[in-house]
Amino acid sequence: MQLTQSSVGRKIIMAVTGIVLVAFVCVHLLGNSSLFFGADAINAYAQKLHSLGPFVWVFRLVMLAAFAIHIVFGIQLTLENRAATPEANVQVKRLRTGFGAETMIISGLVLLAFVVYHLLHFTVRVTNPEIYVPLGSSGMVDVYVMMVKGFQSVLPVIIYLVGMAFLFLHVSHGFQSLFQTLGLSNDKSLPVMGTTSKLVGFVLLVGYISIPLLIVAGLFKI
Amino acid sequence: MKLKLHVWRQNGPNDKGRMEVYDAPDVSPDQSFLEMLDDVNLVLARQGKDVIAFDHDCREGICGMCSQVINGVPHGGQERTTVCQLHMREFKDGDEIFIEPWKARAFPVIKDLVVDRGGLEKIMQAGGYTSCHTGGVADGNALPIGKDIADYSMDAAECIGCGACVAACPNSSAMLYTSAKVAQLAVLPQGKVEAHRRVMAMTEAATEHGFGNCSNHYECQASCPKGIDVKFIAKLNREYMKALIP
Repeated sequence: MQLTQSSVGRKIIMAVTGIVLVAFVCVHLLGNSSLFFGADAINAYAQKLHSLGPFVWVFRLVMLAAFAIHIVFGIQLTLENRAATPEANVQVKRLRTGFGAETMIISGLVLLAFVVYHLLHFTVRVTNPEIYVPLGSSGMVDVYVMMVKGFQSVLPVIIYLVGMAFLFLHVSHGFQSLFQTLGLSNDKSLPVMGTTSKLVGFVLLVGYISIPLLIVAGLFKI
Repeated sequence: MKLKLHVWRQNGPNDKGRMEVYDAPDVSPDQSFLEMLDDVNLVLARQGKDVIAFDHDCREGICGMCSQVINGVPHGGQERTTVCQLHMREFKDGDEIFIEPWKARAFPVIKDLVVDRGGLEKIMQAGGYTSCHTGGVADGNALPIGKDIADYSMDAAECIGCGACVAACPNSSAMLYTSAKVAQLAVLPQGKVEAHRRVMAMTEAATEHGFGNCSNHYECQASCPKGIDVKFIAKLNREYMKALIP
């Protein structure tokens, strides 16, 4: 049976694409946090990224591929698992799994919707065209102004808070799950990884929501 | 003590099935769960009614036949305990108990609480043979195996194939069972010869016979009456990746 059809093979594909995605959200957060060092820092960071030229597109294609594969197999595996379970018992009591693990498909689909919104908001720039002002004569957008103005209205802030709550849920199960899937866990490390996984999810949650929340709190002036 | 039982009754794989209520008016705390059901059946038989069908064999916790979801947990939720070793002292007078079969597409209900667990045998069959030397009995010390390896293999071999892991799994996956069977041989010299072929064939057979995919809920370990550890699933994943390399 081919890797893309087998139960364990697809699980490994989910784990590998999961690594790419979780590594991305970590790096993305680190990059975004340059906002805390002021307008010049975040604009310099954005300029640096843009100066990479074709590598930006290589990077985007890799991310798109990992994201698409993760979603397609995630949906496929979930549908198969549902088909394997005809109807639940009248009484069902779970002993060990958690809310995050049981709602991976829901948090995953919400994150897909969030990423689409996020790209429309800050990358394709169609939802809020008024937040874009040019940065001097460089021909680039002032990213600092874009971020601060982008979180002036209520709707984007709420969407980001909800999106990041689902990111926490997804990562809190997914992070430890990938170690188990890649055979990197044992009876000693598994409980530690379970806690680490929740911690990673929590750090990402706090890190990401701190940006819109501090902007709403008026910490960043234009 | 007096108990009220909600029992799943189903005439066959094509019957829809439903919960029915039975009274167990005189239950001794020293009875096992199956003995309590025997008493209920005795009354039903005397009344000329259809008795509750359930699987059982050794009644000492090693055969893996008894298979009931009690109050939502396979084998009733007492740690490392099969239904037959679950005693009525774990319940209180006046308790309502829900008794249901293993539910998974791969385990069609034969009658009431009895399901066809043949799918597990199909996975085992797919595992195939282990190569060994023919001829005289090998010298006991000719093939030394470290105690840690022997213990590891024995821990995996504790699996009695009851199917609680499948029943407990939100995905109806048989990965814990499969991993125990893969791991018990994969670490031993006799099992290493066909290890690559075995892990591929067994995981493939699990999918083929309608079991779901593992998504690391670890519910299986929590309700396994033999405490089979999910570390064996990690081991299976390692074995699978080793087998991918030609």
